Amino acid sequence: MSLLLIEKMTHFFGGLRAVYNYDLEINTGQVRGLIGPNGAGKTTIFNLVTGIYKPTEGKIFLDDRSIVDLKPHQIASEGIGRTFQNLRLWRHMTVLEHVKMARYSKLTYGLIGAFFGTRKRRKEEAENEEKAYHLLDMLGIRHLTDQVVTNLPYGAQRRVEMARALAIDPKILFLDEPTAGMNPEELIEMIEIIRQINKELGLTIFLIEHRMKVVMELCERIQTLVFGEVIAEGTSEEIQNNPKVIDAYLGKEAVS
Amino acid sequence: MEIQNSKSPAEKMNALNTIRNSINKVLNFIRNYFSEVPLLGWFIGALTAVLLEQLVGRLIALSLGLPKIPILFGFVTMLKHPYLIPSTILYMLIVYILPIVSIARLTVPITNWLAGKLLVLPIIISVIIHLGLLYLIMHLWSGISDYRVLMLKFTLIAVMVTLSLNVVNGYMGEFSCSHPGFMALGAYGASICTVVLFVDDSMFGPALLPPAIGPFMFPVALIVGGCLASVGAFLVAIPSFRTRGDYLAIVSLAFTFIVKSLIENLEIIGGPRGLSSQPNWANLPSIFICAVVCVWIINNFVRSTLGKALNAVRDDEMAANVMTVNTRRTKMTAFLFAAFWAGVAGGLLAHVLRYVNPGTFGIQKLAEVLAMVYFGGLNSIQGSILGAIGFNILSEALRPLAIYKWIIIPSMLILIMIFRPTGLLAFKEFDVKKIISPKQKQKKEVQNVIASN
Repeated sequence: MSLLLIEKMTHFFGGLRAVYNYDLEINTGQVRGLIGPNGAGKTTIFNLVTGIYKPTEGKIFLDDRSIVDLKPHQIASEGIGRTFQNLRLWRHMTVLEHVKMARYSKLTYGLIGAFFGTRKRRKEEAENEEKAYHLLDMLGIRHLTDQVVTNLPYGAQRRVEMARALAIDPKILFLDEPTAGMNPEELIEMIEIIRQINKELGLTIFLIEHRMKVVMELCERIQTLVFGEVIAEGTSEEIQNNPKVIDAYLGKEAVS
Repeated sequence: MEIQNSKSPAEKMNALNTIRNSINKVLNFIRNYFSEVPLLGWFIGALTAVLLEQLVGRLIALSLGLPKIPILFGFVTMLKHPYLIPSTILYMLIVYILPIVSIARLTVPITNWLAGKLLVLPIIISVIIHLGLLYLIMHLWSGISDYRVLMLKFTLIAVMVTLSLNVVNGYMGEFSCSHPGFMALGAYGASICTVVLFVDDSMFGPALLPPAIGPFMFPVALIVGGCLASVGAFLVAIPSFRTRGDYLAIVSLAFTFIVKSLIENLEIIGGPRGLSSQPNWANLPSIFICAVVCVWIINNFVRSTLGKALNAVRDDEMAANVMTVNTRRTKMTAFLFAAFWAGVAGGLLAHVLRYVNPGTFGIQKLAEVLAMVYFGGLNSIQGSILGAIGFNILSEALRPLAIYKWIIIPSMLILIMIFRPTGLLAFKEFDVKKIISPKQKQKKEVQNVIASN
């Protein structure tokens, strides 16, 4: 049984065909990669699966349940966590508040609790805080707990985003260029973190990357997307030696 | 020539800098000197000052050559009779500043010890004692004249309105202009309740219920007013929350005008002549309790994760959505909630004035409320309280200047917008426990910060 199954997903922006007949099947515990030149439609696929756009055609199943008609926050609660290519943090909030916010759908105290500060609310907020601290420890940003995110260095901000995505208790984690803009040391640390998340939490990961090094090191299977269509799928060696992929990245002349 | 020219601005800058530095030094010294004073100490100081005024205020005023006790910190007296400025300042010094400052500072060991002891008990007891003291101060202060009572009532109501607008404009980051409309709905809702049920009125006939139970039903009437405002908010929210940005501002502005002209054309509730003969139930204690409950509930809300979701929606709605936050429900709830409190405040206002007409809730009211929110500071409870109090005192104090008042206040607003675009006390958490707990000397902390830098 596959964890995430996408069948024949197609999306148009007006007359522009952004994604065409996209298929994907991910099993629990896998790390999968999606590569492709700029503008190929990689982030669009993420946005389609997480409900930000609604696909023109196609089916998406998470754990055999169709999620194509759900709203983004419902899809997230179902268990798809994601990060963004250009960070989307809440600039006036602290690190701890970020991670606690992602536990929103787990809260049951309701408006009565919010207005009057009931015991139930105190209990749930304390539980969430504990969970948040656990995640912050895991990503090595515990010492930044009370910092406002805009004051943090770039690498730390990426980690905050990752912690936030993990806080929703996802079944599968979508990472949109997790190493964009990082220096070599940060890059190695980030690869370690992703590996750790996959191994220790047993989390399934689907990632978009530009840097081949990261993809080759982490992913079992890789898809290459060009103009919204998958032109090649396979292990890293297969992808590296596939003439179509080399074509797409380097142009025809380079091959001949 | 050239050298001289280039030198003189630099010298000017230097002179400015030294002045600024010395001002900062003085301010820091003062801040340090009083950093140990807990809230309890300030309250006790203020209580002494108010008692002093009550007992010998008249005597001091007369001996200083003032015709009577300066009602509103002497602003009005000074503006009307400039030759009385020295004696007014002297009066303020003797009656307010000296007692407050000296007693607050001298009682530091006692008040800190007391505040510490109080914190051992459940926090609610400590809070009630503080609030009791605050009320006592206000009661005694306003005992001097009815004008002060009225001022306090208006200020407390303004605090509620400002706070509720801050939930929408500050915490949620939308721009709503419908607060006068909500206040009007609340004012009319509550007034109709009380007038129909408990007053023998020429417009609605005899009272339906015995007036004796009226005061106990007053909160119910206020809640009815608040709920009516929430219904109005719901009507605004349905079309305007589908998108972000200017739409809410436009729709809500239209809503304010619709409510105003609707009431003007409803002859059954008095039309443009307004509605009068509300019972006199909005006394200082009841308004004080309303304001405290309002601050308490709003503060609870904005500090919970459900309330923080507002900040997430404001800073990045898409990210909030993907992080499981139901953004639409969050925005709706907050908007109805804010409207509810605006309605309650409107109901109180109607019962303070004991008369309400649609003209009160026009564009001028909107400007006032917005000014209070942006003056005080977005996204902070303290900011809203400060904004409401500051704006009310300012606008009363400058009353003798008549039309010039409306030149001075807006220009101050412009200055604040230039130098502190989000207001005086923006983006602060209102942590009650921290506020009422005893204070330690801050010097050590400052040194640590310097060392770490």
